[in-house]
Amino acid sequence: MGDTAASPAPAPDAVILAVENLEKRYGPGCESCLALTGPDHSTNVCPRCGSVTALRLISFDLREGEILGVVGESGSGKSTLVQCIYFDLDATGGRMRFDGQNDAADVTRLPRIEKRRLRGRLMGMVYQNPMRGLRLDITSGANVAEKLLEAEVFHFSRIRGRAQSLLDRTEIPASYIDWPPRTLSGGMQQRIQIAKALANNPPLLLLDEVTSGLDVSVQARVLDLIRELQREMGISMIVVSHDMGVIRLLADRTLVMKNGGIVEQGLTDQILEDPQHPYTQLLVHSTL
Amino acid sequence: MGYVAVQGGITAIENSEKLNRYLRSRGDSAPLSVLQIIEQMGLLVDKVMGEGGLYSAFHAALAIKQASGDPLEAAFLLRAYRSTLRRLADSLPVRTAEMRIHRRISAAFKTIPGGQVLGSTSDYEQRILDFSLAKESEDARREAVRAFESGLVDNEETLHPEHFRPVIDMLRSQGLADKAPAASTEELTDITQESPAFPMERSGRLQMLARAETGGVLALAYSSMRGYGMVHPTVAELRVGAVRVQMPHPWRKGAVVTLGSIALTEVEIVASPEKSEGDEKPVFPMGYGCCFGHNEVKAISAAVLDRAMRAAAPHAPAEDAEFVLMHTDGVESSGFCSHFKLPHYVTFQADLARLRSMRGTDE
Amino acid sequence: MTPADLLPASGPRRFNFAFLNEGAKREVRRALLKAVALPGHQVPFASPELPIARGWGTGGLQVTMSLIGPADVLKIIDQGCDGSVNAVNLRKLLVATTGVRTTSDSREATILQSRHRLPEIPLAAHQLAVLQVPLPEPLRLVEPSEVETRRMHSEADYARMWVSLYEDVVQNGAISLAAGYPCRVHGTYIMSPSPLPRWDLPLLDGAEHLTLLGAGREKRVYAVPPYTSVKPLEFEDLPFTVEDFGSAVCARCGSSGTFLDELYDEKTGAAFRVCSDSGFCDLVRAGVVPPKRKTAPAGRLAHG
Repeated sequence: MGDTAASPAPAPDAVILAVENLEKRYGPGCESCLALTGPDHSTNVCPRCGSVTALRLISFDLREGEILGVVGESGSGKSTLVQCIYFDLDATGGRMRFDGQNDAADVTRLPRIEKRRLRGRLMGMVYQNPMRGLRLDITSGANVAEKLLEAEVFHFSRIRGRAQSLLDRTEIPASYIDWPPRTLSGGMQQRIQIAKALANNPPLLLLDEVTSGLDVSVQARVLDLIRELQREMGISMIVVSHDMGVIRLLADRTLVMKNGGIVEQGLTDQILEDPQHPYTQLLVHSTL
Repeated sequence: MGYVAVQGGITAIENSEKLNRYLRSRGDSAPLSVLQIIEQMGLLVDKVMGEGGLYSAFHAALAIKQASGDPLEAAFLLRAYRSTLRRLADSLPVRTAEMRIHRRISAAFKTIPGGQVLGSTSDYEQRILDFSLAKESEDARREAVRAFESGLVDNEETLHPEHFRPVIDMLRSQGLADKAPAASTEELTDITQESPAFPMERSGRLQMLARAETGGVLALAYSSMRGYGMVHPTVAELRVGAVRVQMPHPWRKGAVVTLGSIALTEVEIVASPEKSEGDEKPVFPMGYGCCFGHNEVKAISAAVLDRAMRAAAPHAPAEDAEFVLMHTDGVESSGFCSHFKLPHYVTFQADLARLRSMRGTDE
Repeated sequence: MTPADLLPASGPRRFNFAFLNEGAKREVRRALLKAVALPGHQVPFASPELPIARGWGTGGLQVTMSLIGPADVLKIIDQGCDGSVNAVNLRKLLVATTGVRTTSDSREATILQSRHRLPEIPLAAHQLAVLQVPLPEPLRLVEPSEVETRRMHSEADYARMWVSLYEDVVQNGAISLAAGYPCRVHGTYIMSPSPLPRWDLPLLDGAEHLTLLGAGREKRVYAVPPYTSVKPLEFEDLPFTVEDFGSAVCARCGSSGTFLDELYDEKTGAAFRVCSDSGFCDLVRAGVVPPKRKTAPAGRLAHG
C-alpha cells in the first residue's frame, strides 16, 4: 500500500511514546491544586483557586505495535490526553519522548513549528466528529493529499495514487475521491479520516471515540477495519472510548482514567476479569 | 497602425484635469466661497474632517470645493494634505466631561443630572423639502439671524460643563457598568504611525473607527443591530459640543497652554448584560464612539461596533475586528475600488492565455 | 470672520526632495533592510497617504521616493508601457519633486518602477526593480484573515495553499493560476511576485539585481535579494510553464519571443499583437537591438 518513505522500523518492544507527568490545567493554579483534586477527591476543580486540572501526573509508555486503550467517563480527561499528545491542546506541564528522539522534551517549551513537524511525521488522529478531522469543503482526495503535502510530497501522481490506494484500503468507492466528505455518510467520513491519518505511515495513530455516534453495524465494520490495519501495518495505537466493548475488542493494555488521573492500568484482559480499583470495578460491572 | 503613441497618455490626463475644472466653473452662479461651505454646509465639513482625520474647517471646505462635493474624494485630499504636515506635539487628552454642551441626550433615563439638551438636530423635523430655500435672499437671511439672536437668553449657569455629570459615571459609581480603562497614554498605538496589526488593542480600534467612512461603519453597525451579532444598544449618553485642546507649557513647568477648541460628537452605549465570570457580578458592557465635528450616525455606529468587536469569538462580520477595521477606511476602500479601472490587460492576457489552453483552443 | 482670516499664515508649500519627508523615508528604508534580510517575508510599514490614491501604486512609489537620488535615471512602466496613464501620472509626481532624468530604455535606468511587468532585457546588477503590489498576501487565495495568514507564514504551514493547487489540477487538469503566481523564495517564504505574468517569473529566479515590492494600501514591503531562488509552486510531475502565443508576432517590430499584448484595431476591429514592453519594441524598431525570436527556454516546455 504505501509508497511514501517510511521511517526505519523500530525494534520490537521499542517504546514509541513515553509520557512523563503530563498535566493540563485551566486557570492560574496554586500549590494545592494537585493535593485537592483528582480521583480520590472526585473532582477536577481546586477548592482554593477554582482552576480545573484536566490531566494530572499522567505517565505511561506505549510500545511498538501495541494498542493502548484509554477508558473513563465524561470528564475523566481521556480526550484531553490524546489532544495534548497530538498538540491540539497545549499541555501545561510534563515531558514526552517520541520514538527516534534521544531525550524527552518539555512539552511546554516546544515551539509550534516543532510541534507541527512532530505531528506531521509521527502521528495520525481520528476524531469522533469528522468535522474536526476533515475539511468538509474540499474533496476526500484533497483531505488525504493535505497530509502528504504537509510532509512535502509535491508530486501530483504520487499524491493521487496514494490517496486512491488509501481510500481503497479503507473501503471507500473509487469515485468518491473527488467528492467532498460533506456529501457522504458518517461511516464513510470516519473511513476517510482513517485514510487521511494513515497517509504518511505514522508510527502512532490516535483514535478518539471514533465509533461513538455511528450505527451499530457501521461501528462494527469500522472497528474491523481498524483491527485489520493494525495487523497489516503493525501501527501503534491509542484508542479512547467510554465503551468497554470497544476497549475489549481492540486494546492490548488499558488505562482507566477518572478526574484527570490514571486509577488503574494493565493488560485489558486482567482489568476486565479482575479489576482492582473500586472505580474500575464500577465501570466493568456497569457494562451491559 | 492603431498603436497608442507614447505621449498620448499625458495629454489625455491634462485634458481631463482641464475638463474637470471647466465642469466645475461653467454656468451663471457666483464662485462658491470656502466660507460659504464652512457656514452653510457645516455637517458636510464635519464629516470630511472626521474621515480625513484632520481638524481644520478651512482645509476640509477647500477640499470639498475642489472635489466638487464628493466627500470621499475630499477626505482623501485632506488625508494627503495631512501627510505633508509636520507633527509638532501631542496634546493632553481632551476631557469630554468638561465639554461645552451644544447637545446632550440620553435614551437610558427620562431625566439626567443637568438635563437633556436637545440642541441642534434634524431628528424631529418633518422631512419636507423647503422650497423657500431656493429663493433665500441676503436680506432675509440677515433678518432671520438678527431675530433669533435678539431672542436669546443668558443661560450661563445651567450650561456650565460641571452641570452635566456623565451618565456613564453615574452607572459606574453604582457598579453597574464596565469599569473605566486605566488613564495612561504610554502604551497606546498611533494608527497614523504604524501599520495595523491584529489583534489590535482597543485604543487603536477606536482611532480607526474615529476616521472611518460613515457609510461603511453604519452598514456594519446596522447589521449588528439587526441581528448579525446581537448588540442591543441603549444610548447612555450622546454629547455634541466643544472641548479645549491643551498641551503642557513648553517651559513653565506644571502650566498648561490652551491651543483652542474643537467640536466633537461622543457617544456611550450600554449593551445587554452578559453572564459574568466567577465572583464578578454582571454589569452593562459599554461601547464608545467619538469623532470630529457633529456626526451622530457615525459616533453611534462606532460605539456599537466597539462593543461588538469585543466579542470573545466573532460569530458575525461586525464582531470580527479585522473585518470591520480593514474594510471601513474610505480612502483605502475607494482607492482600491477605483484601481480596477486601471489597465489590467497584461493580467487579463495571462488569464486569456490560460483559459484558451484549458479549452484546448489556439491563440 | 472674512475669507482672508481663514488662509493659513505660511506661504506656498515647497515639498521635500522626492516628496516624502526624511523621517518617512528612513522608516521605509528600515523596513526595506529588514525585507532584504528575510527574502520573501512581508514587513509592515506605516505607509501614510500620498496625493496618489490607494491601490494606484503608493507602495511602489514610497519605495522609489525613499531610495531615489538626484543622479538616478528613472523608468516607470505600467503593463510594460511608459505611456500608460498610470505610469505617466506617477512619473509626473516624481519628476516634479526630484528633477531626475527619465528614460524609456530599460538599459539606461538605475531605478525601474513597474506595475505588472519586468522588461524583456534582463536588468543588470546595478539596476533596481521596484514593483507595485495590490495584494501582497499569496495565501489570501485560501484564507481571508490576516491574523491567520501571518501565523501560517510563521509556522511554514502552507499545506492549504498546496491543497488548493491539488484541487485545481483535479478540476482543470493543470494549475490554472495566471498572473501573480505564488513562488517559494529562498526555499522559505511563499511570496506573491505582484501580478506579473508567468512569463516574467523566470527573470526573478537568481536575478543579478535587487527587486523590491511595495504594497501601499496593505502597508507591506518585501524583497528578493540578488541571486536568490524564486521558484513558482509546482508539482514535480506537472512543471510550471509560461504563456504561449503560438505563431503570433509583434506587428511593430517582428519579435516572436516577447510577451505580446492582444489589441483590436480601432477602425477595422481586426486583432493584432504588439510587444507589451514598449521600450524594447522601440529599441528594435530603431535598429538598436535585434528582435527577440521565440525559442523553447532550456528546461521548460514553452507550452501554454
